[in-house]
Amino acid sequence: MEKFEKLKSQAIPLPIENIDTDQIIPARFLKATNKVGFGENLFRDWRFNKDGSENESFVFNNNKYSGKILVAGDNFGCGSSREHAAWALTDYGFKVVISSYFADIFKGNALNNGLLPIQVSPETLKAVFNAIEENANTELIVNLEDQTFEVANTDIKESFDIDAYKKMCLINGYDDIDFLVSKREKIEAFEASRKF
Amino acid sequence: MEKKTLFDKVWDAHVVDTVENGPQILYIDKHLIHEVTSPQAFAELEERNIPVFRKDQIVATADHNVPTKDQHLPIQDLLSKKQVEMLTENCNKQGITLYGLGHPYQGIVHVMAPELGITQPGMTMVCGDSHTSTHGAFGTIAFGIGTSQVAQVFASQCLLLSKPKSMRITVNGKLKNGVLPKDVILYIIAKLGTNSGTGYFVEYAGDVFKDMTMEGRMTVCNMSIEMGARGGMIAPDETTFEYVKGREFAPEGDAFDQKVAYWKTLPTDEGATFDKEYEFDAADIEPMVTYGTNPGMGIKITDRIPEINDVSFEKSIKYMGFEKGEKLLGKPINYVFVGSCTNSRIEDFRTAAAYIKGKQKADNVTALIVPGSQQVAKQIKAEGLQDIFEAAGFEIRQSGCSACLGMNEDKIPAGEYCVSTSNRNFEGRQGPGARTILASPLVAVATAIAGKIVDVSKEIEEEELVIA
Ligand code: SF4
Repeated sequence: MEKFEKLKSQAIPLPIENIDTDQIIPARFLKATNKVGFGENLFRDWRFNKDGSENESFVFNNNKYSGKILVAGDNFGCGSSREHAAWALTDYGFKVVISSYFADIFKGNALNNGLLPIQVSPETLKAVFNAIEENANTELIVNLEDQTFEVANTDIKESFDIDAYKKMCLINGYDDIDFLVSKREKIEAFEASRKF
Repeated sequence: MEKKTLFDKVWDAHVVDTVENGPQILYIDKHLIHEVTSPQAFAELEERNIPVFRKDQIVATADHNVPTKDQHLPIQDLLSKKQVEMLTENCNKQGITLYGLGHPYQGIVHVMAPELGITQPGMTMVCGDSHTSTHGAFGTIAFGIGTSQVAQVFASQCLLLSKPKSMRITVNGKLKNGVLPKDVILYIIAKLGTNSGTGYFVEYAGDVFKDMTMEGRMTVCNMSIEMGARGGMIAPDETTFEYVKGREFAPEGDAFDQKVAYWKTLPTDEGATFDKEYEFDAADIEPMVTYGTNPGMGIKITDRIPEINDVSFEKSIKYMGFEKGEKLLGKPINYVFVGSCTNSRIEDFRTAAAYIKGKQKADNVTALIVPGSQQVAKQIKAEGLQDIFEAAGFEIRQSGCSACLGMNEDKIPAGEYCVSTSNRNFEGRQGPGARTILASPLVAVATAIAGKIVDVSKEIEEEELVIA
């Protein structure tokens, strides 16, 4: 996994609430047997019209907006546990998603794939959307070490929570598998000690 | 002594270690896998050269992507075929038990494992599927995981997790006629909202769940995830022990009695506290339908769609082709789906058949009956339910997830309504543009007979829902 420390980037705004994983990556694209290429179908049914042409009114197809940060409405990533949602977002190039709320499983999946979900207050989220609406080139700054998030050249700044263990993993580029495999002896001892 | 909840007891019994300032290492007893969320996990392991740690604790089946017609023939969709073949190949290579297509035990993971006795009280169970919460009906900690976590369990039979908070939902009283477990859970989600459970594990308590069959409890726990909870649980009791007893993989004889003695210690201690509690009255619950694009957008079948001024709400009912303040009663419906891990167990089909017997489906309706497993399909035949369905013009398919998520050919056409016994009414879930109305098996089949949404509770009062 790539190490993550700091990020300064423009952002793509998606002010829709309850974006579920079926919208992020529709089920019909889950048939792949590896992790790459899902970015092409990220938000497929919103990005494209039924005839396959680009839906010009969707923000991803608006050249004004770009960047490695997605700013989304409340309760992002609800619905199915499919990790493909996180793969689709990272494959598309996102490193950070900002929202006022994330669904549990999505959050875990994102962190396991080097995608940082940052939960901010509803007021801050609104302020970020406003700032981007006023100026599409607005830059956001994420500092994982300090656990802060800010909008460049404004006074919008907030600190965010992240599990200490997950933070250590992201900063060092490790994942849970590396860690668990190193605990083998403890796990075997636990198995041997169980009554039920 | 410290008072513990059911959840605490099962969780604490599985903690291997606690990371300083971090999560806990939780041991997993049973790991269920299927074709869609496992290939990348197998690949990950292979890439890192890590062996599967405890293959005997893994059971695989093919369900999400399989056709429900002509399962004996090669799968037509090449990508689906590849996924199913890959599962077989991976299981063979790793020595993992697989109930693949054509096997008498094949079925939707959450139907197959309980009916084989793989699911037992007091366990920890995971699967790369969010409706793993179903198994909580046995007093099991069961939850869905992502593919990276599938790989973690392959590698170590453990997961790194922070202990969730606890919530208890109590429903006391007696359910009205025609009100099924599905209505209970749709009612709860409509009351509490789709993210009320985030960060929590739910325990369902009270008369209603005590009186429920295991099938009903599974329906309820199945949808815990739809209120955002990681999972739901119901304390194991005589109903649970009776259900488990004698099943293929259940312990036998003394071993079973010893387990039962342990299982009896699991229910929440009197006086244990929860982080959140809700209470409802069974008398307030009526048959439910959803009108929007998340499972929390549900109303009593006789109610009107609420008038809420909110962009997301408006987008949702526009997708559904509904108006604020409108009633769903009387809406013509062309598709009905009885299936999915929420409602495809034998009891669901018994209820459906009891209602259908002697009736005919409406001409405008395509009605699909998709059993949750080969075993359920066999039982439907043996009990004579198949004849009832066929005589009424319902189409019976072979087992799988089918139109629940429309990964195979079983899709609802764009713009059409489907009254469905599944668990999700998201945009496009049953096929691009499809409009899903979630309901109980009873409401679903009554819709198929009438060709429109009707109030079943009225009829049920006179009719006995038992097959003579
Ligand atoms: S039936 Fe539907 S919800 Fe259940 S496991 Fe299959 S796809 Fe998931």
